[in-house]
Amino acid sequence: MSRFTLSRRSFLTGSAVASTSALAGCFDPLGDGDSKVRGVLESTNSLTYRVQRMLLGSDDLAREYSESEIRQPQRPNGTTSPSDADYQQLANENFASYRLKLDGLVEKPLEVSLDEIRAMPSRTQITRHDCVEGWSCIAKWTGVPLALLLDEAKVKPSARFVVFGCFDTMENSFDGPVKYYESIDLIDARHPQTILAYGLDGKPLPVSNGAPLRVRVERQLGYKMAKYIRTITLTDSLSGYGTGSGGYWEDRGYEWFAGI
Amino acid sequence: MATTTRAEPGQELARSETAGEHELASGETAGLVYRQRLATRLTHWVWAISLFFMLLSGLQIFMARPDLYIGQQSGFGFDNSVLSIGARRVDGAMAGVTTVFGHSFDTTGWLGVVPQGDGQAAKSFPGWLTIPGYRDLATGRIVHFFFAWVLVTTLFVWLAASAVNGHLRDLVPTGRDLRHLPGDVLDHLRLRFAHDGRYNVLQKLSYAGVLFVALPVMILTGLTMSPGVVAKFPFLIDLFGGRQTARTIHFVVMLALVLFFLVHILMVVLAGPLNELRSMITGWYRTSEKSR
Repeated sequence: MSRFTLSRRSFLTGSAVASTSALAGCFDPLGDGDSKVRGVLESTNSLTYRVQRMLLGSDDLAREYSESEIRQPQRPNGTTSPSDADYQQLANENFASYRLKLDGLVEKPLEVSLDEIRAMPSRTQITRHDCVEGWSCIAKWTGVPLALLLDEAKVKPSARFVVFGCFDTMENSFDGPVKYYESIDLIDARHPQTILAYGLDGKPLPVSNGAPLRVRVERQLGYKMAKYIRTITLTDSLSGYGTGSGGYWEDRGYEWFAGI
Repeated sequence: MATTTRAEPGQELARSETAGEHELASGETAGLVYRQRLATRLTHWVWAISLFFMLLSGLQIFMARPDLYIGQQSGFGFDNSVLSIGARRVDGAMAGVTTVFGHSFDTTGWLGVVPQGDGQAAKSFPGWLTIPGYRDLATGRIVHFFFAWVLVTTLFVWLAASAVNGHLRDLVPTGRDLRHLPGDVLDHLRLRFAHDGRYNVLQKLSYAGVLFVALPVMILTGLTMSPGVVAKFPFLIDLFGGRQTARTIHFVVMLALVLFFLVHILMVVLAGPLNELRSMITGWYRTSEKSR
């Protein structure tokens, strides 16, 4: 009797171990962007977005830290030195002829120089940058609130998203260079801490951190905070950009709402 | 067969009347009692599935930054790391190195440098430990957050059902339980298990520990890593001593849950896997009057 029990037990243990190793690689098809199961799993992304939008008031601020918490240079990530000719030309003359274009669903499209942006009211904030990879870094950012530029351009009521077009080429496809881009909703775009930063830790924003302008979206992860911004476009749909998911990394499977 | 005399579900955990008595060898009487209610059984298996996926997708997410730190931020210009898994080149060969509190260990083959195809790859974990098996942070996050929603929802369903059906009382150790704690520990070490249909004190403490401590800490430290959630509830950052400390706690409690799982499975196997599995699938558990 006990012999039987023992062999039954070792059989069960053996089969448990065997089934575990047989599971290896079973879930790899989830990595396929078109898989139906992945579609179901992704549906909770919009649940997360809606719940956070319900919970978070438009004025809830991300934690701001004291000067003493700045203990290291802001870690550069992603593109750190765009090789694009037009960008390098601008960088060589210290962005003197740089013009930020703001267009799309606005009454009055803008074209502003870096000096004009620096002359606008500014906001300085010491915040924690959270990368999707898992690390965090605290730094001091100075820039113009995006809301001020949106007000000046007079956003049309039909606009739903702000799309940031960037200088840096991420890869080359059959259709030509694929440049970094990102998008946020108007609630984040008008958030008091959402700034177009031109200063980092009291100095001009370095190239490695996104000069001349990088957006700060403090209640979301780092990849939402586009660097090397060339254009800002107001739109009612993200389908015309990249492959339609609202950002370079979103087109590669990352969630559009990165408040988590 | 016991089916004709089965008691109604939703009654007390340990029913004194037994269904279908069987005479055993040494005069022991054993019978089936209705031990696990439907809500308990369903939530148990939903958790089992969720935790499986959360563990493997969590390890996938961890691979994107296989370092743990203490404090608000990750030290690049200073050192506040407590654990890191990496690869180094030692004498021309790749070596997996795991560093814990400044002490480095060679973990080639398991952590840092793992078997892949016919050779080796510089990767924190072997493919069978992550979902997907290859490096894919985006998919890992999608899987992790989907099952996070399932896990949290199930926890609330279980809490509500257990408050109504009285299951919560099964988990609270009584004074008598606590007095028996040393004896119960000894019994477990001697692999003597009571089969009276009730939870013993070690079971109560470990189940309550998982449901009321480990899982809530897991959920809260997970939420503390969300830049959106902490904008609304900044006290979470202070509660856990910073976002990176929260991430470290999340990892350590994961290890505790894995340990719980291993002991849990060991106990099921030692206590009679078929009887234990039956009680968690059908609800019916065979008791013996005397403990073996």
